[in-house]
Amino acid sequence: MSRLTIWLILGTTLTFLIGPFLIVIFAGASAGEALSFPPQGLSLKWYAKVFTVESFRASFALSMFLAIFGTLTALLIGIPAAYALNRYNLPGAEAIRTIVAAPIIVPGIIVGLALLRYFVVPLDVTITMALFVTHTALVLPYAVRVVSSSLNNLRADMEEAAVILGCTRFQAFVKVVLPNIRGGILAAFILGFVTSFNEVPASLFLSGPGVRTLPIDMLSYMEITFDPSVAALSALLAFMSVAIVFVAERLLGFSRYV
Amino acid sequence: MSNAYVSLTGLTLSYGQTVAVPELNLDIRKGELIALLGPSGCGKTTTMRAIAGLLAPTSGKIMIDGADVTRTPANKRGIGLVFQSYALFPHLSAFENVAFGLRLQKQPDAQVRAKTEAGMATVGLTGFETRKPSEMSGGQQQRLALARSLVMEPKVLLLDEPLSNLDARLRLEMRNELQRVQKDTGITMIFVTHDQSEALALADRVVLMKDGKIEQLGTPAELYAEPSTAFAANFMGFENIFRLEGADLVSDHGRLPFGCEAAVPLLAWRPGGVAVGKGPHVGRVIASSFAGDHREYVIDSPLGQIKADASIDLPEVLLGQQVAFDLPQATARHLAA
Repeated sequence: MSRLTIWLILGTTLTFLIGPFLIVIFAGASAGEALSFPPQGLSLKWYAKVFTVESFRASFALSMFLAIFGTLTALLIGIPAAYALNRYNLPGAEAIRTIVAAPIIVPGIIVGLALLRYFVVPLDVTITMALFVTHTALVLPYAVRVVSSSLNNLRADMEEAAVILGCTRFQAFVKVVLPNIRGGILAAFILGFVTSFNEVPASLFLSGPGVRTLPIDMLSYMEITFDPSVAALSALLAFMSVAIVFVAERLLGFSRYV
Repeated sequence: MSNAYVSLTGLTLSYGQTVAVPELNLDIRKGELIALLGPSGCGKTTTMRAIAGLLAPTSGKIMIDGADVTRTPANKRGIGLVFQSYALFPHLSAFENVAFGLRLQKQPDAQVRAKTEAGMATVGLTGFETRKPSEMSGGQQQRLALARSLVMEPKVLLLDEPLSNLDARLRLEMRNELQRVQKDTGITMIFVTHDQSEALALADRVVLMKDGKIEQLGTPAELYAEPSTAFAANFMGFENIFRLEGADLVSDHGRLPFGCEAAVPLLAWRPGGVAVGKGPHVGRVIASSFAGDHREYVIDSPLGQIKADASIDLPEVLLGQQVAFDLPQATARHLAA
């Protein structure tokens, strides 16, 4: 392949990956009244407006709550589950693994419909609770998978060594296993956070009057108001994601591992 | 036995339905260096794990220093174990690896520091305190694992294949190191190995195991010179083992006259015990290799293949040539089974 073709392919791929992101950033920085690209003049007024929209503030808070506590709950269940699946020869372990992975495989829209019909309505669960349970369940597969793969790289005799040196099984887990799968837990948290934050189909079914996650709120906002503030908000969210990954890598990734 | 420090009585160990070690009895004196020797699957590692408390016995009793520890959990047995893979903690520095057990006991900081430094000095790792295990060589990791066990002042130190992951030069070094540590500390050591030369070189007594049972127990000299079974003899380098029927040697391939009868069913010769170049029998050389002070031949005979070492002073027999040989009565080891 010639040098030119290689650059062409690389350029196209990068445009495809980064292009939408750039379009959103600039569309949000428009001075005009309607969402368009290229922007009609440049201004930061839509970026500023985002923070004044009451429903965005409420739904952002809800989305953050779901992403953080849903993921933490999923890890709280997922880490012991991954450990048990990995270390003990459980009957039906393979079946459990498949069931745990199901929320990734089954389309979110089906999960949402099913939960609404057979969980929320019959049990009369509050919307927030329903969303919380759903997000936890949707994030759980990532928690189990990612933590499992870092457990796979950890030899079981290390725990036995800790036990011989005086640890209880639980102490061995805390003092030897946890520190060595920290990277996996962090990765699972970030993956879970982003998955939960961006989740649309299931949340679409479960959101109710006044209680919406941010993506759902953005959808309904756009149905009524077609101004660039949604683009501005999208750009802000993208920056937030990049910042989270960057900070996590800096604080928890490098300094502790090196 | 009254003077036994470690005593296994009727110890039966199983994995599920499979019995790995049935009814094992073994007494070990204080300060002894014992080798559990045998091929893989003979139950030596299983036995070691049971002594450490990592495997609960199906039945039987484990006594250490006069106390019944059969039901004592592994973290309260006061036993050290150096794993074959070393099992060092990768997230901790060398110093913290060694200090790990002492810190668990909530010993005062100054004491932890002193003991850890002394422990690292014992194995020659002073100056490596801040290294991570991944930044250390295989030999250094092994010594770190040894130090981590030794600072706990265990009643018994168990070592799983302590030399198997090291190259030839380090192996010799580590062997000397282990002997020195044992002499200095007087600690009772039990190590597991599949390598007879390691067991013979290092141990005070060797426990040769087969199928979960003790095949033979004795000093290295006893085992080397007087193996009592075909299995033991084979493990100790008696590579030519034949049945004796009347006055004939018999194998699955054929028979040769031996010339006299004996009260035992089996006779065995080391390659060095076979006479080459003279004798009543004739065979064909099918393999030959130079080994410095001797040549190692494989002779195709009516009994099948015979391994024979010949002095380098004798003229070389080329591949395919006929050669006279003898299985002398003088070098034959009589085996009961």
